Amino acid sequence: MTDFSNVMVQGYRRDNGHIGVRNHVLILPLDDISNAACEAVANNIKGTLAIPHAYGRLQFGEDLDVHFRTLIGTGCNANVAAVVVIGIEPEWTQRVVDGIAETGKPVAGLSIEQNGDLKTIMDASRIAKEYVHYATELQREECPLSNLWISTKCGESDTTTGLGSCPTVGNMYDKLLPTGITGFFGETSEITGAEHICKERAINPEVGERWYEMWKAYQDDVIFAHQTDDLSDSQPTKGNILGGLTTIEEKALGNLEKIGRTSKYIDILGPAEKPKSGRGLYFMDSSSAAAECVTLMAAGGAVIHTFPTGQGNVIGNPIVPVIKITANPRTIRTMSEHVDVDVSGILRRETTIDEAGDLLIDMIIRTANGRNTAAEALGHREFSMTKLYRSA
Amino acid sequence: MSEIPHLLVHDHEDTVGVVVVEELEAGTDMLVCITHDNSTFRLKAEQAVPIGHKISLKDHKVGDTVYKYGEDIGRIIEDCAKGHHLHTHNCKTKRW
Repeated sequence: MTDFSNVMVQGYRRDNGHIGVRNHVLILPLDDISNAACEAVANNIKGTLAIPHAYGRLQFGEDLDVHFRTLIGTGCNANVAAVVVIGIEPEWTQRVVDGIAETGKPVAGLSIEQNGDLKTIMDASRIAKEYVHYATELQREECPLSNLWISTKCGESDTTTGLGSCPTVGNMYDKLLPTGITGFFGETSEITGAEHICKERAINPEVGERWYEMWKAYQDDVIFAHQTDDLSDSQPTKGNILGGLTTIEEKALGNLEKIGRTSKYIDILGPAEKPKSGRGLYFMDSSSAAAECVTLMAAGGAVIHTFPTGQGNVIGNPIVPVIKITANPRTIRTMSEHVDVDVSGILRRETTIDEAGDLLIDMIIRTANGRNTAAEALGHREFSMTKLYRSA
Repeated sequence: MSEIPHLLVHDHEDTVGVVVVEELEAGTDMLVCITHDNSTFRLKAEQAVPIGHKISLKDHKVGDTVYKYGEDIGRIIEDCAKGHHLHTHNCKTKRW
């Protein structure tokens, strides 16, 4: 087996020691009503990226915590070089700025009240222009592959994901986690049917028990509290069923193939929470909806996302390259422009899972070095905030 | 494997396999491969089944548990004979 512990990639080494593989200057709205100003700044200043979203007003409690964690985490992500935050009022804007400033990267906040959009856009554009000059002078340098934070979540799954693309990701984790990478998996509702297996994949019984309590709370407080008659209209999804998946148990067992044969998770994270127990694999309590889940994992600090798909999910993320892997030959035939790693040889028994894992690791290295993914080339920038309950 | 398999089965305990070729026709003498150890056997497809969908490896009766990955993936709600299409019309989750 290849030894990946000494493999180097060309990344951006940030002031806080984290390794990025992209170098974005973000124009980040605090709230929905600041989207227009952010998009105007991004239009003025080339090389910046606005990431509009739907929320940020009158949220409270845990829901507001997730909102702030997501925005601050997105700004802190090592794929981001600098951030301009724009909000309707100064106080919450400053809270996001202060959170991002802890990384040491350039960040500024502007608020629209008593300034209007036009003055805010002009002031923000001047700052954003300076940030572009700063970011474009940063150089890629040799960084260990083993320092990368790599997440996974699958989507538009079918029976081929459990046979091919998910075990490919699992093989990658089995090879790279021992070298020291940090990994993320999640999708709380989609573990249903495999929860007995997932609980056993914790590093110790205490972590497994905490995982089970979290999964059970989601079942009781969300699934069963809001259930009408049968969740089979939602889990599995219509796309899953078209692809041949029949039950949530079957979907869950395929999903869990993403953590391989030997990998164990060391801790559990809330939505958008940063790892705090050192290097290793983390379970993030997260939605199974692709864009929401990848957004949360990016806010947690993942710089590359590995995304197995069966029927062909097209998702991307504004700051994290999303690598698509599929084993379904029909998906390769009908929508190859969305696929970065073709592992359909597994179904023909021409490619082993071990070989497929190596193919994925090679694509992770190339992506870290700068290769744009299919989702990046196609302009997929889905930034979807998780909302826990109704605003006040 | 010189011949490409038509149907893949995860484990020896499983009672279903997955069609991995497009346009599988009824009557096909399928090569079935158990991915756990790459052992093979042959099975006649009694129906045309789309890629990704499952074919029953045994005669399932109402109430039977269906096994895949060596695990319980649901119960039979309408009899499904060996070689037939097994999906939402004859199998359902035990969860909701």
